[in-house]
Formats: sequence, C-alpha cells, structure tokens
Amino acid sequence: MIQPRQLQLDEHGRLRHLLTLDGLSREHLIAILDTAESFMGVTRREVKKVPLLRGKTVVNLFFEASTRTRTTFELAAKRLSADVLSLSIEHSSTSKGETLLDTLRNLEAMQVDVFVVRHALSGAAHFVAQHCEPEVAVLNAGDGRHAHPTQALLDVFTIRRHKPSFGELRAVIVGDILHSRVARSQIHALNTLGCAEVRVVAPRTLLPVGVEQLGVKVYTDLVRGLRDADVVIMLRLQHERMQGALLPTEHEFYRCFGLTEERLALARPDALVMHPGPINRGVEISSAVADGSQSVILEQVTNGIAVRMAVMAMVVGAQAQASRGAH
Amino acid sequence: MIDPAHGVDRQADLYVADGRIVALGQAPSDFREELEIDASGKLVCPGLVDLCARLREPGAEHKADIASETRAAVSAGITTLCMPPDTDPAIDEPAVVELIRTRNAAAGSLCRIVTVGALTRGLEGTLLSEMATLREAGCVAVGNALRPIENTLVLRRALEYAATYDLTVFMTPRDPWLYQGGCVHEGAVATRLGLPGIPAAAETAALARDLALVEEVGVRAHFGRISTARGVELLRGAVASGLQVTADTAAHQLHLCEEAVAGFDSDCRVDPPLRTAADRAALCSAVREGTLSALCSDHQPHDADAKEQPFCATEPGISGLETLLPLTLALARRGELSLMVAIERLTAGPARVLGLDLGHLGIGAAADLCVVDVDSSYRLDGERMLSRGRNSPFKGATLQGRVEWTLLEGRVVHAPKP
Repeated sequence: MIQPRQLQLDEHGRLRHLLTLDGLSREHLIAILDTAESFMGVTRREVKKVPLLRGKTVVNLFFEASTRTRTTFELAAKRLSADVLSLSIEHSSTSKGETLLDTLRNLEAMQVDVFVVRHALSGAAHFVAQHCEPEVAVLNAGDGRHAHPTQALLDVFTIRRHKPSFGELRAVIVGDILHSRVARSQIHALNTLGCAEVRVVAPRTLLPVGVEQLGVKVYTDLVRGLRDADVVIMLRLQHERMQGALLPTEHEFYRCFGLTEERLALARPDALVMHPGPINRGVEISSAVADGSQSVILEQVTNGIAVRMAVMAMVVGAQAQASRGAH
Repeated sequence: MIDPAHGVDRQADLYVADGRIVALGQAPSDFREELEIDASGKLVCPGLVDLCARLREPGAEHKADIASETRAAVSAGITTLCMPPDTDPAIDEPAVVELIRTRNAAAGSLCRIVTVGALTRGLEGTLLSEMATLREAGCVAVGNALRPIENTLVLRRALEYAATYDLTVFMTPRDPWLYQGGCVHEGAVATRLGLPGIPAAAETAALARDLALVEEVGVRAHFGRISTARGVELLRGAVASGLQVTADTAAHQLHLCEEAVAGFDSDCRVDPPLRTAADRAALCSAVREGTLSALCSDHQPHDADAKEQPFCATEPGISGLETLLPLTLALARRGELSLMVAIERLTAGPARVLGLDLGHLGIGAAADLCVVDVDSSYRLDGERMLSRGRNSPFKGATLQGRVEWTLLEGRVVHAPKP
C-alpha cells in the first residue's frame, strides 16, 4: 500500500495531492510558502480574483462540521475563479448511510477537479486519493487525528513573516497533542524547515505514546516548556476530554496549562502567540493574551486564504502538466 | 516424510488403507494398491490442524461459508479446522454443532471441522452455558471467543464448571476497556498516523487476571493469539509454575509489525494488532522453545465493503488459511525455526491442545496428510484465492511452498490440476 507521503507526489515529484506534511520535502514546503506570498497581494486588490482555476470545479467534501475551514477553502477557490460546491455530510455514527466510496463515485460522475476533504477518521483523505480518478486532486482539510496540512502551512507562513530564520527558533505547542492533527502537521513542518527546537507541553494523558519520536522535546510543566520560547502555539481543548477521564476540569487545565500574561512573560519578549482557532477564552488562553500585542491569531486566518489558494493552484497545476504530458 | 510427533524425518513410502496409515517403508502383505502418489522430491507431512478459523457460517454467509472455506483450507494442506463459538447463533446449543456438521457434510466433508463451545450463554459473559451437553454434542473445548467476561466471579465459576467435565478452556486475553476504540498497536506508528492505539497492557492485564484464576481453579487453559513479549513472559512463568497452560499465536504475527500499517492498509488491521519488532522476536523465540505450542491462521474472511473504508471504520481480520503453511515454512527457511519444529507447531502441537489423536503419521493414525512442493514459488493472487475473503496483506507477495495433494482419512480432498 502506498504511504500518503508517496501518494501525494506524481512520478515527476510534483505535488498532485496534499495529504500530509510528513515526509514532504523542504523544497516543496518553501515553494508553497513562496506561492502563498505571491497571492497575498490578491486580497488587497479591487477585484480579488485571479483566473488560474477558471473553469475548474472544486468540491468541499466536509464530513465533519466546520464553518471556518470550509469558508476559507471556498473563498480561496473563488478567488482563483473556480466553481465551488460545498457539501456538508453529517456523518452520524448510528446511521449507516452511504459509504465514503459510494459518495465519492457519485460525485466523480459530475467531473470534479479538486476534492477538499475533511473527515473524522485518520486516513480518510488518503483513502479518497487512492480511490478517485487519476486526474482529480485531493486536499486534506483535516482527517481524524492524523493531519491538517494547510493549517500547519499557514502557521509556518505566519511565523516566516515575523521571524528571520527558523534555524534559531524555539517553537512550543501546548495542549491536547494526543487528539490534534494540527499539532502533528505543525511538528513535521517545523522540523522540515529546520527549527532549532520543537517542544510539546501537555499533561501525560494528552501526550501520545512515543511522541518524542516525531522529533520533539516533551514537557509536562508549562513553566519549563515556555522558557525562552520564540513561538507559542496554543491548541484548542475540547469539552469531551473531561468525560473521557483525560482531565479533571477545564479550571485545573487553565491553572496548569493556560497561557496567561504571567506565563507568556517566561517566553522571549517578542514571542509570537498563535492558535489555530476557534479559541476557548479562559480555558487554554486568557483574553488579555489572545487580544494582546504578541497575538497573531487573526493574521493566521487571513494568511489561511493565501496558503489555500497556493496549494490549490499547485495541485491543479501539477494535474494539468501531467495530462499535457500524456498527450 | 516429516512426522514431528515421532521425530521422523526420512525418505520412505507410506501406505494408507481404510482411512488409516497402515505401514511405513514396506507394503503390508495383503495391500492392494488403488492409487499411487509420486511424492519424490516433495515433503509429506501430517495434515495441518488449525486452532482458529472463522468460516462465517452460520450468521455471516455474505463473507464466506463452510463450502468455500473448507475448500480453501484443504488446498492449503489444512485437514482439521477448529471453529470458535462466535458464529451467529453462537455455538451454545447442540443444534448449532449439528448444523455445522450438516453443512460440512453437504459441502462434501472436505475438511474435518471441530468446534469450541461457548463458555457462557450467548457469549454474554453472565450465565453459564450447558457445557456438559455441548461436550456430548462434540465440542472439543469451551471458550468465550473475543467477548469479554468482565465479572471475575462469573469467569471463575465458568472455569470451575468447565473443569468438572475435564474441558479445556480457550481464552483470548483482552481487556475490553483498554481495547476500546483502538485499531492499531499503541506506539510510534499510532502516534504518527493519529490512530487510536491498543496498548500491550490490553493483553497482559487480562492475561495476568486469567492466569491467576486458572491457577486457583486448576483448569486446563489454552490462550489464543498472543501478541506481546510481556505476554510470552507471563506464560513462561505460568508453565514454569506447573500450570496446565498452552498458547498459540497467528502466523502473520511472526511476519508483520506495526510498520505494515503505515500506509493505512486496512488488510493489516487485525485483532490483536501487529506490534513491535521486539514483540515479533519474542513471539518467534516462544514458538521455537514451545511456550507457544501452536501456530494458527486466525482466519477471518471479510467481504470487500468491510475493508474498503477509512482505516478505523474497517473490520479487523486477515484471511489466513492459504498463507498458514507458506508463512510457517518461511520461518524455517530463514533459520528461525527448524523444519521439524515448524511442522510440529502446525500439526502435533495443535492436536495436543485439542486433545485429539491427530497431527501425526503413526501406524494406525487417521490418514490426514499433505504432499507439499516446498520449493515451488508463486505469487499470491487475490483474484485466485479460494477463500471468499481476499483480505490478506500478503496479496501480491511471492510465497514458497505449494500443497499438491491433501488427504483426509485416506480420501483425496485436494489434488493437483491435470
């Protein structure tokens, strides 16, 4: 079976799907960031469009509810002049419903060019990429706990706009690492870009077994973990974690792992405060910090559109080159 | 000819009459030959005894059935299949034992099927099953398949009751809470892929509990599908303490580790999961020294839909009948086991666990045997598999060791194509 990292490249090494940042080369990462930079100007224009994907159909296949990610993908596709179809398929665990494979086949009959897939199960985007027609590009908008590549890309894109070089950075990711696809993708991106040190901070129950093998330094004490950090990324804590006997209360989590002004002072004075959103004020981050001068949380959202435009343009471009090559 | 039960490894002619082995080396004086099989250059060994194979009948005939699976079994040299009780309905009534016998006869009785009766009624884990009645009906052992018995007192009483009738209890050590939601070994691969993991403790916590009860009750117990190094250590300790305990593992556990899942390959989703290289090595040593006295197929054929989903939504299980022998022979070729030991773990070892006079080629024994071309290499073609379950991670791989002839009680049940 083909691993996601191999499946997303065509035989010429071009990016034809974006499924995971695990194993994606530094060259590819930089190319995406540079392309995103070139799209930053589009949002500031009068007519916020470029014709790159005119005539192409992009389908947002969201099996998991998400307003924010879906709307940014929609906007990205529209700014590239593509036709967009958004499907929110409620995936109830009690009702069987149509299989993922059947849903895919039915949609493909409508001649789609790009699938943007978000699903509750790890490996879902990989599954779609393996079963769809060869000319169709698949973008992973988040699959289970596995990966959320565009989120991590917009995060490192944001960091790059503020910090001179990754080689000197200490990046710290705090929160529910165990369940986080964002954290996993961020760890791969930061390491590939040569970050000096990537740290994760969480209580034992929220740390996956063997996480250090992903290339991180592990801390269970926020005070130690934040010392001299250049970038602090707070992850969202979901309410269900209390029910699963993973944490006692949100209150205790905030006491031990919440990012307050006092805690932030342990990091470098010019440290960036980031969060993939939506934020839980008073659970993982205080309002003062979320709205404070070091926070780039809103900037992350803006950058997300340019990054998604870049990724969409690149995979469609690779597919176009491939089909031209075939003639 | 290799007959591990008698330590035989020699070239000799074998004579079969009236379903039994009647002579070795020289024909008996009154022997009238009806069929001669030229086995020169081939391996002749006892027919394989498979301690765990799900034939999906009754209850899941959309996946497979007794006719298709017995045919697949004998084509792979397996002459005795042991079915766990988790059919639907469960094997907790003599009527179900009889049904299976009838279905096997209707399919031509290609393979001997023995059954493990339910330990608790409906496998629910609360009430005892009619174990004496099941034994009378022909069950060779009792067990609760993969369903947990969470109430320790119920488990203890079930073991005591089984011991009353001198029944072996088949157990698969699984802690349902630690297993919950997991689909791969809890380790580096689970973390990287973001898949919920099943820790080693899911096996060892249950195994330790079960061994404590087995020791106190003094029942004969067989632990199936061990997957961890720590589990092997616990078993070694139990055997050393004098407990009447045996255990097996699935053949695929000696060949695959958690890394096999790295591409989200659902054919590698199994229960217990594929674990680390260290676990694999420990299982291999245990098979070599005999702490694990049998290798089984853990055959679980699935329909295509069951495996064509995102990983966590698939059903676990490998279609293993057709790879049991080649995978085991591969261990011998790699030098991990001697050929004698490899064959023993597929024949005399499992037969002893079942308490049946099978798995050997002594004079007077049932003529269950197979003729194997150990040097013949072939590609496992999913489309040409005889099992209706094509869910095997070994599809497309090159296997060595092709069964040419299989005899069940002296009857030819598998022969080479003309």
